Amino acid sequence: MNKVQPSIENALAGIKDGMTLMIGGFGLCGIPENAIKELVKMGVRELTCISNNAGVDNYGLGLLLQQQQIKKMISSYVGENDAFERQMLSGELEVDLIPQGSLAERCRAGGAGIPAFFTPAGFGTEVAEGKEVRIFNGKPHILEEALTADFAIVKAWKGDTEGNLVYKATAMNFNPMMAMAGKITIAEVEELVPAGTLDPNFIHTPGIFVQRIFQGAVFEKRIEQRTVRTR
Amino acid sequence: MALDKIGIAKRIAQELRDGWYVNLGIGIPTLVANYVPEGLNVEFQSENGVLGMGPFPFEGEEDADLINAGKQTITVKPGAAFFDSATSFAMIRGKHVQLTVLGAMEVSENGDIANWKIPGKMVKGMGGAMDLVASAENIIVAMMHSNKAGESKLLKTCTLPLTGVACVKKVVTELAVLEIQHGAFHLLERAPGVSVEEIMAKTEGTLVIPPSVPEMTL
Repeated sequence: MNKVQPSIENALAGIKDGMTLMIGGFGLCGIPENAIKELVKMGVRELTCISNNAGVDNYGLGLLLQQQQIKKMISSYVGENDAFERQMLSGELEVDLIPQGSLAERCRAGGAGIPAFFTPAGFGTEVAEGKEVRIFNGKPHILEEALTADFAIVKAWKGDTEGNLVYKATAMNFNPMMAMAGKITIAEVEELVPAGTLDPNFIHTPGIFVQRIFQGAVFEKRIEQRTVRTR
Repeated sequence: MALDKIGIAKRIAQELRDGWYVNLGIGIPTLVANYVPEGLNVEFQSENGVLGMGPFPFEGEEDADLINAGKQTITVKPGAAFFDSATSFAMIRGKHVQLTVLGAMEVSENGDIANWKIPGKMVKGMGGAMDLVASAENIIVAMMHSNKAGESKLLKTCTLPLTGVACVKKVVTELAVLEIQHGAFHLLERAPGVSVEEIMAKTEGTLVIPPSVPEMTL
């Protein structure tokens, strides 16, 4: 099986209206920016997107929101996206806000074959509504269920022809768990190298979790909060 | 005189202890990193996946792949580590992080905290705050004593949707340091020149005042 895709169109083939997608990244850091632009081009609609954020108004998943391609977002933080906040408050967009750690673990669980787990996060809050509560070590915990997706689209720094991935710095974030939880996982990489080039000791995501891989054409890598100190 | 944001950060920095791993939230908490007392070795964790955060980069040296949970560009110190978000929250839930400092819209006298949503008006999302407050042993809230409308943010009961229940241990505001114990705010210190009366007037929740309240030393 050849995982390497000849084009971005091939890489994203099969993504249809109404599907559930996991999109890696935290803010604009470590997002599969080429694949997101391609989803806009494909015009797929009624998507459920699982992603920590929703990009900003004019980049990342914000591009899909602008075109109203997203029916439902499952996220932890939406503070930097006015369109998102507006569509959510007006009810156009269905939003499931869940604690960041629970989101990460729900993806990990989905990929690891664990259907649900108990966590203390969110007990006593809106997040706990309708969820089973159990006491462990004298402390209440809520039951959170695993998440999976029809497609997971992740972004890595380097990948090889076997689908092994290496991430850079904090661009790793949600990508490894989402890579595990996709029925089909598509990896967008900055650099695609032949098998044997990457040191097996330093692989972050083993290739077993990746079905398709392609090298992105352009990486803008926008910065949301450029913060510097003076020399 | 009431403290400014830097004053609040400096006072919180006095709570740091050698060898601690510390998570700082967005806003005033981020400033705490600038005032670590000399001689202390403290590692800062950011929940998007980094341990060993250093100062902000010099202009021209920003790396889009290296940010903190506030999405600000950062640097790392020698000995830093990167990891995925599940591992990051394993550190937090697993109580491997000794101190969490975060902002709040409201704190109640039993330690409840609200900081993620104003129904019908503003929804930013909880991000990692719910995981942090549910598990951290030591939580300090950094915030202003009153909101923009002049209403107290230290309440008997929170009015906004909660982030966590009975979890806040200490609150540092521009006026005071308060410890939460047995369902009340205990006044520990007051900002230089700020009267106990002013703190009483601006605190809606139950306030316990000892016979003498020292001024903060910054």
